[in-house]
Amino acid sequence: MRTKAENFVSLDFPSRSANEGFARTAAACFAAQLDPTLEELNDIKTAVSEAVTNAIVHAYPDTIGKVCMKLRIHSDNSLEIVVRDWGVGIADMEQARTPMFTTGGEERAGMGFTIMESFMDTLRLRSVPGKGTTVTMRRKISRRVGAK
Amino acid sequence: MAVSCISDQRALTATLSGELDHHAAKHIMSQLDGQIDRELPRQLTIDMGGISFMDSSGIAVLLRAHRQMCRLEGELRVVNVPPQAKRVFQAAGLSRVIRFE
Repeated sequence: MRTKAENFVSLDFPSRSANEGFARTAAACFAAQLDPTLEELNDIKTAVSEAVTNAIVHAYPDTIGKVCMKLRIHSDNSLEIVVRDWGVGIADMEQARTPMFTTGGEERAGMGFTIMESFMDTLRLRSVPGKGTTVTMRRKISRRVGAK
Repeated sequence: MAVSCISDQRALTATLSGELDHHAAKHIMSQLDGQIDRELPRQLTIDMGGISFMDSSGIAVLLRAHRQMCRLEGELRVVNVPPQAKRVFQAAGLSRVIRFE
């Protein structure tokens, strides 16, 4: 369903792990205008953390590259989050989305996509090896009784 | 992200606080590794009461501790899990592997 974008912000930052917390908090700040519950806000922060961490861990193996996070509020009271990188890309997307699969070694649990799928209404993954990866997620925020 | 440990008769309690994400996970894992190697506990309790945020990096931390305790033929239990972290563990079905109390 095509909905009108009511507000939009775009953030570019380098693929440093120190920016994971920043991305979460920025998304939560932006989402606040939808008057979400604490649980909705936590779900959004967690999904953003997973998508941004994926870009930071995987997109630019031996260097630092650009990560772009776009946040859009739609007229149906939903928040759309796009996390994009211009890195190595995903060769096998189905494998990448399999729970517990990771190319990140012992330090990673391979549960990022599973968490994003659980906490967001929709998830779309696009990737071209050598060109980059785009994760698009959307979550409808419930309109609360007494809200303006 | 802080890890503080108390050891008593080979029962080790590690209390985690702050945000448990990828940025913090490496440090946490190396702290826990060090404590486990030093104390060789029979029982490890990870207290998550001070965790303000956690993503799937926390799953990796717990699974690593679990593997180490299995190798030592000891036990791991995780206590005081805050609501946000609990939701992540539930989505991953981690209670099938890890003992939460």
